[in-house]
Amino acid sequence: MAEYHMTTPLTDEDVSKLEAGDIVYLNGTIYTARDAAHKRLVDLIEKGEQLPFDLKGSVIYFVGPTPPKPGEPIGSAGPTTSYRMDSYSPILIEHGQKGMIGKGKRNEAVKEACKKHKAVYFGATGGAGALIAKAIKEAEVIAYPELGPEAIRKLKVEEFPVTVINDTHGNDLYEMGRAKYEVKD
Amino acid sequence: MREIAYDDLVKSVKAMVMHTASHLPEDALKAIEEAYENEKSEVARSVLKQILDNAHLASEEDRPLCQDTGLAVYFINVGEEVKVVGGSIRDAINQATEEAYKEGYLRASTCDCFDRHNLKDEVGYNLPAVIHFDIVPGDKIEIEYAAKGGGSENVSRATVLAPAQGKEGIKNFVKQVISDAGPNPCPPIIVGVGIGGTFEVAAKSSKHALFREAGTPNPDADLDAFEKELKEELNKLGIGAMGMGGTQTVLAVHIEKNPCHIASLPVSVNVQCHSSRHSHITL
Repeated sequence: MAEYHMTTPLTDEDVSKLEAGDIVYLNGTIYTARDAAHKRLVDLIEKGEQLPFDLKGSVIYFVGPTPPKPGEPIGSAGPTTSYRMDSYSPILIEHGQKGMIGKGKRNEAVKEACKKHKAVYFGATGGAGALIAKAIKEAEVIAYPELGPEAIRKLKVEEFPVTVINDTHGNDLYEMGRAKYEVKD
Repeated sequence: MREIAYDDLVKSVKAMVMHTASHLPEDALKAIEEAYENEKSEVARSVLKQILDNAHLASEEDRPLCQDTGLAVYFINVGEEVKVVGGSIRDAINQATEEAYKEGYLRASTCDCFDRHNLKDEVGYNLPAVIHFDIVPGDKIEIEYAAKGGGSENVSRATVLAPAQGKEGIKNFVKQVISDAGPNPCPPIIVGVGIGGTFEVAAKSSKHALFREAGTPNPDADLDAFEKELKEELNKLGIGAMGMGGTQTVLAVHIEKNPCHIASLPVSVNVQCHSSRHSHITL
Protein backbone atom coordinates (compact mmCIF):
# COMPACT_ATOMS: atom_id res chain seq x y z
CA MET A 1 0.00 0.00 0.00
CA ALA A 2 1.35 3.35 -1.03
CA GLU A 3 1.03 6.80 0.49
CA TYR A 4 0.40 9.91 -1.59
CA HIS A 5 0.04 13.63 -1.03
CA MET A 6 -2.22 15.18 -3.65
CA THR A 7 -3.59 18.62 -4.44
CA THR A 8 -6.99 19.27 -6.02
CA PRO A 9 -8.20 19.49 -8.72
CA LEU A 10 -7.29 15.86 -9.38
CA THR A 11 -6.37 14.66 -12.87
CA ASP A 12 -6.95 11.32 -14.63
CA GLU A 13 -3.27 10.66 -14.09
CA ASP A 14 -3.54 11.31 -10.34
CA VAL A 15 -6.45 8.97 -9.78
CA SER A 16 -5.29 6.23 -12.16
CA LYS A 17 -2.22 5.48 -10.07
CA LEU A 18 -4.25 5.00 -6.89
CA GLU A 19 -5.12 1.52 -5.70
CA ALA A 20 -7.60 0.33 -3.09
CA GLY A 21 -5.89 0.50 0.31
CA ASP A 22 -3.59 3.42 -0.54
CA ILE A 23 -3.51 6.30 1.92
CA VAL A 24 -3.90 9.78 0.44
CA TYR A 25 -3.43 13.15 2.11
CA LEU A 26 -5.52 15.69 0.24
CA ASN A 27 -4.70 19.37 -0.08
CA GLY A 28 -6.47 22.28 -1.73
CA THR A 29 -10.19 22.80 -2.23
CA ILE A 30 -12.88 20.19 -1.71
CA TYR A 31 -16.68 20.63 -1.65
CA THR A 32 -19.25 19.26 0.76
CA ALA A 33 -22.60 17.83 -0.29
CA ARG A 34 -25.10 15.33 1.09
CA ASP A 35 -28.33 13.88 -0.37
CA ALA A 36 -30.31 17.10 -0.78
CA ALA A 37 -27.44 19.04 -2.39
CA HIS A 38 -26.64 16.12 -4.71
CA LYS A 39 -30.21 16.08 -5.93
CA ARG A 40 -30.01 19.78 -6.77
CA LEU A 41 -26.68 19.40 -8.59
CA VAL A 42 -28.06 16.59 -10.72
CA ASP A 43 -31.21 18.60 -11.46
CA LEU A 44 -29.00 21.48 -12.71
CA ILE A 45 -27.03 19.12 -14.95
CA GLU A 46 -30.23 17.69 -16.40
CA LYS A 47 -31.53 21.19 -17.13
CA GLY A 48 -28.19 22.16 -18.65
CA GLU A 49 -27.66 24.94 -16.11
CA GLN A 50 -24.48 26.16 -14.44
CA LEU A 51 -23.34 24.43 -11.25
CA PRO A 52 -22.26 26.41 -8.14
CA PHE A 53 -18.69 25.08 -8.57
CA ASP A 54 -16.57 23.53 -11.31
CA LEU A 55 -17.00 19.75 -11.29
CA LYS A 56 -13.90 19.11 -13.36
CA GLY A 57 -11.28 17.41 -11.18
CA SER A 58 -13.37 18.07 -8.08
CA VAL A 59 -13.54 16.12 -4.86
CA ILE A 60 -16.86 16.03 -2.99
CA TYR A 61 -16.98 15.24 0.72
CA PHE A 62 -20.20 13.69 2.06
CA VAL A 63 -20.54 15.52 5.37
CA GLY A 64 -23.00 17.51 7.43
CA PRO A 65 -20.81 19.24 10.02
CA THR A 66 -21.83 20.47 13.45
CA PRO A 67 -22.15 24.29 13.73
CA PRO A 68 -18.75 25.97 14.19
CA LYS A 69 -17.92 27.51 17.51
CA PRO A 70 -17.17 31.27 17.27
CA GLY A 71 -13.83 31.89 15.58
CA GLU A 72 -13.54 28.40 14.08
CA PRO A 73 -13.99 27.51 10.40
CA ILE A 74 -16.09 24.40 11.02
CA GLY A 75 -17.41 22.13 13.75
CA SER A 76 -16.87 18.37 13.87
CA ALA A 77 -16.81 17.07 10.32
CA GLY A 78 -16.57 13.31 9.80
CA PRO A 79 -18.02 11.43 6.82
CA THR A 80 -21.63 10.34 6.47
CA THR A 81 -22.73 7.01 4.94
CA SER A 82 -22.26 7.19 1.18
CA TYR A 83 -24.89 4.85 -0.29
CA ARG A 84 -27.46 7.64 -0.12
CA MET A 85 -25.47 9.41 -2.85
CA ASP A 86 -25.27 6.31 -5.09
CA SER A 87 -28.02 7.40 -7.45
CA TYR A 88 -26.38 10.78 -8.05
CA SER A 89 -22.61 10.12 -8.04
CA PRO A 90 -22.36 8.41 -11.48
CA ILE A 91 -23.87 11.48 -13.16
CA LEU A 92 -21.42 13.83 -11.42
CA ILE A 93 -18.51 11.54 -12.27
CA GLU A 94 -19.57 11.51 -15.90
CA HIS A 95 -19.35 15.31 -15.79
CA GLY A 96 -15.84 15.48 -14.39
CA GLN A 97 -15.88 14.74 -10.67
CA LYS A 98 -12.72 12.81 -9.72
CA GLY A 99 -13.09 12.02 -6.05
CA MET A 100 -15.71 11.26 -3.40
CA ILE A 101 -15.08 11.07 0.33
CA GLY A 102 -17.46 9.20 2.61
CA LYS A 103 -17.87 5.95 4.49
CA GLY A 104 -19.56 2.66 3.68
CA LYS A 105 -20.36 0.61 0.60
CA ARG A 106 -21.12 1.98 -2.90
CA ASN A 107 -23.24 0.23 -5.50
CA GLU A 108 -22.12 -1.30 -8.80
CA ALA A 109 -23.15 1.76 -10.81
CA VAL A 110 -20.77 3.97 -8.82
CA LYS A 111 -17.92 1.47 -9.09
CA GLU A 112 -18.53 1.15 -12.83
CA ALA A 113 -18.50 4.96 -13.22
CA CYS A 114 -15.18 5.07 -11.33
CA LYS A 115 -13.70 2.63 -13.83
CA LYS A 116 -15.20 4.13 -16.96
CA HIS A 117 -14.60 7.82 -16.25
CA LYS A 118 -11.58 7.52 -13.94
CA ALA A 119 -12.66 8.53 -10.46
CA VAL A 120 -12.00 7.19 -6.97
CA TYR A 121 -14.03 6.72 -3.80
CA PHE A 122 -12.11 7.57 -0.66
CA GLY A 123 -13.06 6.47 2.86
CA ALA A 124 -12.54 8.73 5.86
CA THR A 125 -12.85 7.46 9.43
CA GLY A 126 -16.46 7.74 10.57
CA GLY A 127 -16.86 9.09 14.06
CA ALA A 128 -13.51 10.90 13.95
CA GLY A 129 -15.19 14.25 13.37
CA ALA A 130 -13.10 16.27 15.81
CA LEU A 131 -9.81 14.93 14.43
CA ILE A 132 -10.77 15.39 10.77
CA ALA A 133 -11.89 18.99 11.42
CA LYS A 134 -8.24 19.80 12.22
CA ALA A 135 -7.38 19.29 8.53
CA ILE A 136 -10.03 21.81 7.45
CA LYS A 137 -8.57 25.31 7.48
CA GLU A 138 -11.34 27.35 5.86
CA ALA A 139 -15.02 26.77 5.14
CA GLU A 140 -17.46 28.88 3.17
CA VAL A 141 -21.07 28.14 2.25
CA ILE A 142 -21.25 28.63 -1.52
CA ALA A 143 -24.75 27.27 -2.27
CA TYR A 144 -28.06 26.33 -0.68
CA PRO A 145 -27.58 27.94 2.78
CA GLU A 146 -31.22 27.03 3.52
CA LEU A 147 -30.12 23.37 3.77
CA GLY A 148 -28.21 24.16 6.99
CA PRO A 149 -25.70 21.36 7.66
CA GLU A 150 -26.48 20.02 4.17
CA ALA A 151 -25.51 23.25 2.34
CA ILE A 152 -22.64 23.10 -0.15
CA ARG A 153 -19.44 24.32 1.46
CA LYS A 154 -16.12 25.07 -0.12
CA LEU A 155 -13.40 23.74 2.18
CA LYS A 156 -9.70 24.48 2.16
CA VAL A 157 -7.95 21.38 3.46
CA GLU A 158 -4.39 20.50 4.41
CA GLU A 159 -3.21 16.89 4.59
CA PHE A 160 -6.78 15.61 4.86
CA PRO A 161 -6.34 11.85 5.51
CA VAL A 162 -8.33 9.35 3.39
CA THR A 163 -8.02 5.74 2.26
CA VAL A 164 -8.80 4.56 -1.27
CA ILE A 165 -11.83 2.23 -1.13
CA ASN A 166 -12.81 1.95 -4.80
CA ASP A 167 -10.10 2.63 -7.39
CA THR A 168 -10.22 3.09 -11.18
CA HIS A 169 -9.34 -0.58 -11.72
CA GLY A 170 -12.48 -2.04 -10.16
CA ASN A 171 -10.97 -2.97 -6.78
CA ASP A 172 -12.95 -2.61 -3.55
CA LEU A 173 -11.06 -2.38 -0.25
CA TYR A 174 -14.14 -3.47 1.75
CA GLU A 175 -14.35 -6.73 -0.21
CA MET A 176 -10.59 -7.30 -0.22
CA GLY A 177 -10.15 -6.56 3.49
CA ARG A 178 -13.07 -8.70 4.54
CA ALA A 179 -12.01 -11.65 2.35
CA LYS A 180 -8.62 -11.57 4.05
CA TYR A 181 -9.96 -11.74 7.60
CA GLU A 182 -13.20 -13.68 7.23
CA VAL A 183 -13.13 -17.02 9.08
CA LYS A 184 -15.32 -19.59 7.36
CA ASP A 185 -16.56 -22.54 9.45
CA MET B 1 -43.99 12.69 48.16
CA ARG B 2 -40.47 13.87 47.36
CA GLU B 3 -40.24 16.95 45.16
CA ILE B 4 -37.71 17.87 42.50
CA ALA B 5 -37.68 21.38 41.04
CA TYR B 6 -38.24 21.60 37.29
CA ASP B 7 -35.26 23.93 36.86
CA ASP B 8 -32.94 21.54 38.72
CA LEU B 9 -34.02 18.70 36.44
CA VAL B 10 -33.35 20.82 33.34
CA LYS B 11 -29.94 21.86 34.65
CA SER B 12 -28.79 18.31 35.44
CA VAL B 13 -29.97 16.80 32.15
CA LYS B 14 -28.55 19.65 30.09
CA ALA B 15 -25.10 19.26 31.67
CA MET B 16 -25.20 15.51 30.99
CA VAL B 17 -26.19 15.95 27.33
CA MET B 18 -23.49 18.55 26.65
CA HIS B 19 -20.79 16.48 28.32
CA THR B 20 -21.77 13.27 26.53
CA ALA B 21 -21.33 14.81 23.06
CA SER B 22 -17.61 15.30 23.51
CA HIS B 23 -16.57 12.75 26.14
CA LEU B 24 -16.53 9.09 25.16
CA PRO B 25 -17.43 7.12 28.30
CA GLU B 26 -14.82 4.90 29.96
CA ASP B 27 -16.47 1.62 28.93
CA ALA B 28 -16.40 2.46 25.21
CA LEU B 29 -12.88 3.84 25.43
CA LYS B 30 -11.63 0.71 27.17
CA ALA B 31 -13.34 -1.60 24.66
CA ILE B 32 -11.78 0.27 21.71
CA GLU B 33 -8.35 0.18 23.37
CA GLU B 34 -8.71 -3.59 23.75
CA ALA B 35 -9.74 -3.92 20.10
CA TYR B 36 -6.66 -1.90 19.14
CA GLU B 37 -4.43 -4.24 21.15
CA ASN B 38 -6.00 -7.38 19.65
CA GLU B 39 -6.43 -6.30 16.02
CA LYS B 40 -4.27 -8.18 13.51
CA SER B 41 -4.82 -5.95 10.47
CA GLU B 42 -2.45 -2.98 10.23
CA VAL B 43 -5.03 -0.95 8.26
CA ALA B 44 -7.69 -1.58 10.91
CA ARG B 45 -5.22 -0.72 13.66
CA SER B 46 -4.51 2.63 12.06
CA VAL B 47 -8.27 3.30 11.94
CA LEU B 48 -8.64 2.35 15.62
CA LYS B 49 -5.75 4.65 16.45
CA GLN B 50 -7.55 7.52 14.70
CA ILE B 51 -10.70 6.73 16.66
CA LEU B 52 -8.78 6.83 19.96
CA ASP B 53 -6.93 10.03 18.97
CA ASN B 54 -10.28 11.57 18.09
CA ALA B 55 -11.72 10.64 21.49
CA HIS B 56 -8.81 12.23 23.34
CA LEU B 57 -8.90 15.37 21.19
CA ALA B 58 -12.69 15.75 21.54
CA SER B 59 -12.47 15.45 25.30
CA GLU B 60 -9.51 17.84 25.68
CA GLU B 61 -10.97 20.50 23.42
CA ASP B 62 -14.61 19.89 24.25
CA ARG B 63 -15.55 19.24 20.60
CA PRO B 64 -18.29 16.87 19.46
CA LEU B 65 -16.82 13.38 18.90
CA CYS B 66 -18.83 13.02 15.71
CA GLN B 67 -20.71 15.46 13.48
CA ASP B 68 -23.74 13.21 13.87
CA THR B 69 -24.57 14.29 17.39
CA GLY B 70 -27.60 12.05 17.21
CA LEU B 71 -31.17 12.07 18.25
CA ALA B 72 -31.39 12.45 22.03
CA VAL B 73 -32.71 9.15 23.40
CA TYR B 74 -33.75 8.71 27.04
CA PHE B 75 -34.93 5.83 29.20
CA ILE B 76 -36.45 7.36 32.30
CA ASN B 77 -37.62 5.50 35.39
CA VAL B 78 -39.85 7.71 37.51
CA GLY B 79 -40.35 6.67 41.13
CA GLU B 80 -43.93 6.49 42.35
CA GLU B 81 -43.08 8.72 45.31
CA VAL B 82 -41.45 11.65 43.51
CA LYS B 83 -42.90 14.53 41.58
CA VAL B 84 -41.46 17.37 39.56
CA VAL B 85 -42.76 20.78 40.57
CA GLY B 86 -42.88 23.75 38.22
CA GLY B 87 -43.47 21.84 35.02
CA SER B 88 -43.71 18.40 33.43
CA ILE B 89 -40.85 15.92 33.20
CA ARG B 90 -41.28 15.70 29.43
CA ASP B 91 -41.01 19.46 29.03
CA ALA B 92 -37.93 19.54 31.24
CA ILE B 93 -36.20 16.84 29.16
CA ASN B 94 -37.05 18.59 25.89
CA GLN B 95 -35.92 21.96 27.22
CA ALA B 96 -32.64 20.48 28.47
CA THR B 97 -32.08 18.74 25.14
CA GLU B 98 -32.73 21.87 23.09
CA GLU B 99 -30.54 24.10 25.26
CA ALA B 100 -27.69 21.58 25.32
CA TYR B 101 -27.73 21.08 21.54
CA LYS B 102 -27.89 24.81 20.87
CA GLU B 103 -25.36 25.97 23.42
CA GLY B 104 -23.02 23.04 22.79
CA TYR B 105 -22.91 23.76 19.03
CA LEU B 106 -24.32 20.29 18.37
CA ARG B 107 -26.11 19.40 15.15
CA ALA B 108 -29.90 19.37 15.00
CA SER B 109 -30.84 16.27 13.02
CA THR B 110 -34.60 15.80 13.46
CA CYS B 111 -36.66 16.24 10.30
CA ASP B 112 -40.07 15.47 8.85
CA CYS B 113 -40.30 11.89 7.55
CA PHE B 114 -41.45 12.83 4.09
CA ASP B 115 -40.32 16.28 3.05
CA ARG B 116 -37.08 15.84 5.08
CA HIS B 117 -37.39 19.43 6.32
CA ASN B 118 -35.34 20.01 9.51
CA LEU B 119 -37.76 20.71 12.37
CA LYS B 120 -35.42 22.96 14.37
CA ASP B 121 -37.40 26.16 13.82
CA GLU B 122 -40.93 24.83 14.34
CA VAL B 123 -40.71 21.93 16.82
CA GLY B 124 -37.41 22.93 18.44
CA TYR B 125 -33.68 22.43 17.98
CA ASN B 126 -33.17 18.64 17.73
CA LEU B 127 -36.62 18.09 19.23
CA PRO B 128 -38.62 16.17 20.15
CA ALA B 129 -36.33 14.03 22.28
CA VAL B 130 -37.06 10.30 22.14
CA ILE B 131 -38.26 9.43 25.65
CA HIS B 132 -39.18 5.99 27.03
CA PHE B 133 -40.84 6.39 30.42
CA ASP B 134 -41.43 3.74 33.06
CA ILE B 135 -42.99 3.98 36.52
CA VAL B 136 -41.04 2.24 39.29
CA PRO B 137 -41.17 2.01 43.09
CA GLY B 138 -39.17 4.57 45.09
CA ASP B 139 -38.63 8.33 45.24
CA LYS B 140 -35.93 8.78 42.61
CA ILE B 141 -35.82 9.67 38.94
CA GLU B 142 -33.27 7.59 37.03
CA ILE B 143 -32.31 8.91 33.60
CA GLU B 144 -30.31 6.97 31.04
CA TYR B 145 -29.26 8.97 28.01
CA ALA B 146 -27.65 8.28 24.64
CA ALA B 147 -26.86 10.45 21.63
CA LYS B 148 -27.86 7.98 18.92
CA GLY B 149 -26.43 8.45 15.44
CA GLY B 150 -28.22 7.61 12.20
CA GLY B 151 -25.63 5.47 10.41
CA SER B 152 -25.81 2.62 12.89
CA GLU B 153 -29.57 3.00 13.33
CA ASN B 154 -30.03 2.54 9.57
CA VAL B 155 -28.68 -1.03 9.59
CA SER B 156 -30.79 -2.13 12.59
CA ARG B 157 -33.48 -4.76 11.92
CA ALA B 158 -36.32 -6.62 13.65
CA THR B 159 -38.16 -9.82 12.84
CA VAL B 160 -40.41 -12.44 14.41
CA LEU B 161 -39.02 -15.97 14.20
CA ALA B 162 -40.90 -19.23 14.63
CA PRO B 163 -40.30 -20.59 18.15
CA ALA B 164 -38.73 -23.75 16.67
CA GLN B 165 -35.92 -21.65 15.19
CA GLY B 166 -34.70 -20.99 18.74
CA LYS B 167 -31.17 -19.83 19.53
CA GLU B 168 -29.82 -21.04 16.21
CA GLY B 169 -32.37 -18.89 14.38
CA ILE B 170 -31.49 -15.88 16.51
CA LYS B 171 -27.80 -16.40 15.85
CA ASN B 172 -28.36 -16.62 12.09
CA PHE B 173 -30.52 -13.50 12.07
CA VAL B 174 -27.99 -11.45 14.06
CA LYS B 175 -25.16 -12.65 11.81
CA GLN B 176 -27.09 -11.75 8.69
CA VAL B 177 -27.87 -8.25 9.95
CA ILE B 178 -24.26 -7.50 10.87
CA SER B 179 -22.90 -9.10 7.70
CA ASP B 180 -25.24 -7.03 5.50
CA ALA B 181 -24.33 -3.89 7.45
CA GLY B 182 -20.61 -4.33 6.67
CA PRO B 183 -18.73 -1.03 6.93
CA ASN B 184 -21.84 1.21 7.07
CA PRO B 185 -22.55 1.46 10.84
CA CYS B 186 -18.96 2.57 11.70
CA PRO B 187 -17.50 -0.58 13.23
CA PRO B 188 -16.24 -1.62 15.71
CA ILE B 189 -19.81 -1.75 16.92
CA ILE B 190 -21.86 -2.70 19.96
CA VAL B 191 -24.76 -4.99 19.11
CA GLY B 192 -27.96 -4.73 21.16
CA VAL B 193 -30.24 -7.76 20.84
CA GLY B 194 -33.81 -7.72 22.16
CA ILE B 195 -35.42 -11.12 22.34
CA GLY B 196 -39.03 -11.97 23.15
CA GLY B 197 -41.88 -9.75 24.27
CA THR B 198 -44.04 -8.43 21.47
CA PHE B 199 -42.72 -6.90 18.25
CA GLU B 200 -42.19 -3.45 19.77
CA VAL B 201 -40.91 -4.77 23.11
CA ALA B 202 -38.11 -6.64 21.33
CA ALA B 203 -37.14 -3.44 19.48
CA LYS B 204 -37.20 -1.35 22.66
CA SER B 205 -35.16 -3.99 24.51
CA SER B 206 -32.54 -4.03 21.76
CA LYS B 207 -32.18 -0.27 22.19
CA HIS B 208 -32.02 -0.46 25.97
CA ALA B 209 -29.40 -3.23 25.76
CA LEU B 210 -27.03 -0.65 24.22
CA PHE B 211 -27.14 1.43 27.41
CA ARG B 212 -25.41 -1.25 29.47
CA GLU B 213 -21.74 -0.65 30.18
CA ALA B 214 -19.70 -2.50 27.54
CA GLY B 215 -17.53 -5.14 29.13
CA THR B 216 -19.88 -5.85 32.03
CA PRO B 217 -21.31 -9.37 32.21
CA ASN B 218 -24.98 -10.08 31.59
CA PRO B 219 -26.51 -10.88 35.01
CA ASP B 220 -28.16 -13.94 33.44
CA ALA B 221 -25.42 -16.61 33.05
CA ASP B 222 -27.05 -18.26 30.01
CA LEU B 223 -27.43 -14.95 28.22
CA ASP B 224 -23.88 -14.03 29.15
CA ALA B 225 -22.61 -17.21 27.46
CA PHE B 226 -24.82 -16.52 24.43
CA GLU B 227 -23.45 -12.96 24.19
CA LYS B 228 -19.89 -14.25 24.16
CA GLU B 229 -20.74 -16.88 21.54
CA LEU B 230 -22.37 -14.27 19.31
CA LYS B 231 -19.44 -11.88 19.67
CA GLU B 232 -17.02 -14.59 18.58
CA GLU B 233 -19.22 -15.55 15.64
CA LEU B 234 -19.62 -11.95 14.50
CA ASN B 235 -15.90 -11.26 14.69
CA LYS B 236 -15.37 -14.14 12.24
CA LEU B 237 -17.08 -12.01 9.58
CA GLY B 238 -13.78 -10.15 9.09
CA ILE B 239 -15.39 -6.72 8.61
CA GLY B 240 -12.97 -4.86 10.91
CA ALA B 241 -12.76 -1.19 11.89
CA MET B 242 -14.63 0.97 9.34
CA GLY B 243 -15.09 -2.20 7.26
CA MET B 244 -11.54 -2.24 5.97
CA GLY B 245 -11.03 -5.85 7.03
CA GLY B 246 -9.95 -7.10 10.43
CA THR B 247 -10.56 -9.30 13.42
CA GLN B 248 -12.24 -6.71 15.66
CA THR B 249 -15.70 -5.88 14.32
CA VAL B 250 -17.76 -6.14 17.49
CA LEU B 251 -16.81 -4.57 20.83
CA ALA B 252 -19.68 -6.24 22.70
CA VAL B 253 -23.01 -8.00 22.27
CA HIS B 254 -25.71 -7.11 24.82
CA ILE B 255 -28.90 -9.14 25.10
CA GLU B 256 -32.16 -8.39 26.90
CA LYS B 257 -34.92 -10.98 26.93
CA ASN B 258 -38.63 -10.88 27.75
CA PRO B 259 -41.36 -13.49 28.09
CA CYS B 260 -43.25 -13.83 24.80
CA HIS B 261 -46.36 -15.33 23.21
CA ILE B 262 -46.37 -19.14 22.80
CA ALA B 263 -46.61 -18.63 19.02
CA SER B 264 -43.79 -16.10 18.60
CA LEU B 265 -40.07 -15.44 18.95
CA PRO B 266 -39.52 -11.71 18.25
CA VAL B 267 -35.90 -10.66 17.72
CA SER B 268 -34.53 -7.17 17.21
CA VAL B 269 -30.97 -6.06 16.51
CA ASN B 270 -30.05 -2.45 17.26
CA VAL B 271 -26.56 -1.43 16.28
CA GLN B 272 -24.41 1.18 18.03
CA CYS B 273 -21.35 2.68 16.32
CA HIS B 274 -17.99 2.87 18.10
CA SER B 275 -18.85 6.38 19.28
CA SER B 276 -21.07 4.97 22.02
CA ARG B 277 -22.07 8.19 23.72
CA HIS B 278 -24.20 7.35 26.71
CA SER B 279 -24.57 8.49 30.29
CA HIS B 280 -26.91 8.26 33.27
CA ILE B 281 -27.92 10.25 36.32
CA THR B 282 -30.13 9.57 39.32
CA LEU B 283 -31.99 12.43 40.95
